[in-house]
Amino acid sequence: MAELLIEMKGLSKVFRRDSVEIPVLRDINLRVFAGDFISLMGPSGSGKTTLLNIVAGIDRPTGGELRVIESDLLSMTEDQLATWRNHHVGFVFQHFNLIPVLTAFGNVELPLLLTSLNRRERREHVTTALKLVGLTDRADHYPRQLSGGEEQRVAIARAIVTDPTFVLADEPTGDLDAESAVEVMEVLAGLNQQFNKTILLVTHDPRAAAYAKVRHHLDKGVLVEKSS
Amino acid sequence: MTIFGIGLTVSIFITMMALVNGLESTFVETGHDDQLLVIRQGSLNEVNSYFGRDLFQVIRFLPGIAKGPDQQPLAFGEIVVVINHTRIGGESSNILVRGTSAQALALRPEAKIVEGRMFRSGLREVVASRSLSRRFENLTTGATVHFGRSDWNVVGLFEAGGTAYDSEVWADYGEIAQDWERPIYSSILLRVENESAGEQIRQRVADDRRINLQAIPQKQYFADQATTAVGVKMLGNFIAFLMGIGACFAAMNMMYGSVMSRSREIATLRAIGFRKRHILASFLVESMILGLLGGIAGCFLALPMHGVSAGTANFQTFSEVLFHFRLTPGIFLRGLIFALAVGIVGGYLPARRAASVKLVEGLRE
Repeated sequence: MAELLIEMKGLSKVFRRDSVEIPVLRDINLRVFAGDFISLMGPSGSGKTTLLNIVAGIDRPTGGELRVIESDLLSMTEDQLATWRNHHVGFVFQHFNLIPVLTAFGNVELPLLLTSLNRRERREHVTTALKLVGLTDRADHYPRQLSGGEEQRVAIARAIVTDPTFVLADEPTGDLDAESAVEVMEVLAGLNQQFNKTILLVTHDPRAAAYAKVRHHLDKGVLVEKSS
Repeated sequence: MTIFGIGLTVSIFITMMALVNGLESTFVETGHDDQLLVIRQGSLNEVNSYFGRDLFQVIRFLPGIAKGPDQQPLAFGEIVVVINHTRIGGESSNILVRGTSAQALALRPEAKIVEGRMFRSGLREVVASRSLSRRFENLTTGATVHFGRSDWNVVGLFEAGGTAYDSEVWADYGEIAQDWERPIYSSILLRVENESAGEQIRQRVADDRRINLQAIPQKQYFADQATTAVGVKMLGNFIAFLMGIGACFAAMNMMYGSVMSRSREIATLRAIGFRKRHILASFLVESMILGLLGGIAGCFLALPMHGVSAGTANFQTFSEVLFHFRLTPGIFLRGLIFALAVGIVGGYLPARRAASVKLVEGLRE
């Protein structure tokens, strides 16, 4: 039996604007095990990204229970959460979110700057991560010198360079053409299949979701369907 | 633009300090350790000091005064008067005229005749400092200048190594005393044999109540005149302070803009594990680098001011004192520290704003 990484019980999230309450997530029950590749699909505003943010400790639920890798995220301070994310979470964003003044190498190295690794060890880790996404020869290029697909692969390398417990990918193909989207999804699928990396993917795109082993749908904040 | 703004502020800050430094140096570097200046007890300077000629003889033969090659004591009585003279350009200002002797040059080795010759006694001749000749009318070699009751021929120009003497006109003692009808001395400049002899002479002059004089080390006398620079220094610091506030706001404005446009980057860094204090520090460092670049620009902007000559009033003698703007490595260092402070003060609030960017909102941008 694989290790249980994420467990949500009756999780809910309500946004308050003035006196108006807007429910975003309602009674979410979800379990994620090590090695899972789960996709969350749903229309805009269905709460996909909010759910991902809650799992990463970026946002907080307003109700229910949440345990992530045996940690009670709700009791952690912001700085504790930052350290926890550095150890356990790899993020892939829709808009890549690379730092424009850093090269691909520098961007991938960023999370390692918070670790105790020395320069040589960091270089080894970055080189390995770039190799896994097939961009060793682009290490010295700046984001503006890369295609969208390459930028997203650099972002994936940055997400996995610390060997996190799981990778959270928020619309990773949203800004890419069809060909680049395939490349990116194959990299993520490869990480899951070859390295048993746990991936939680949020997407609009059914073709991207098809790479996941388990597919969930969110509609108006409710987890309505599950297919494998 | 912000770097240029900080640079401009720093250049003004540096220029003001160069001015004060030049002014102070003019006084501080005047004089010699082995020389004493004797003036009337209670007088603050040569201009308001006077005493009878008989006292010169009392002082001149005190033991411990060094002798010249002619075995005569190296002590010279002088008279100092202030005249109002027209500047090139129209306005007028006071300048010091020193009635001295050609032999007194021995006690001012820094002064050299650089054009023409030294004045001769009995011919109503003067020599002027080259700096004064550039700023005042009729003080060039060959010109005739009227002051007192006579016309005086300018027969030469001297340079005194940037000391206070560079703000003077020199003539024969007897002629000045006669022209002003003042048969007195303002001061006696003398050289001592050694330090202990100097101390003994000072003590002796102070203890002799009949003569009512005081002997002051020449360097100390001129250093005390440097109080003239205090007002300028305060004004300079005040201007630099006001401009510093402006530069802080310019830096703050730019850094706030930077924070606004980089909210997503900041949120990304927080999302991958960087703490608030890391973000705060990185923006502060960026602001400090901005300040430092402005500081370096300011140093270059101020560089041409080095050596530029200017004049201001010596409020002790009410005469014009000429000086050169003097830039030193220490002043540049203070300018860079000032720029760094502008960077820190201007960058702190934006850095705090950056550190408190909401992750969810930042990632959405």
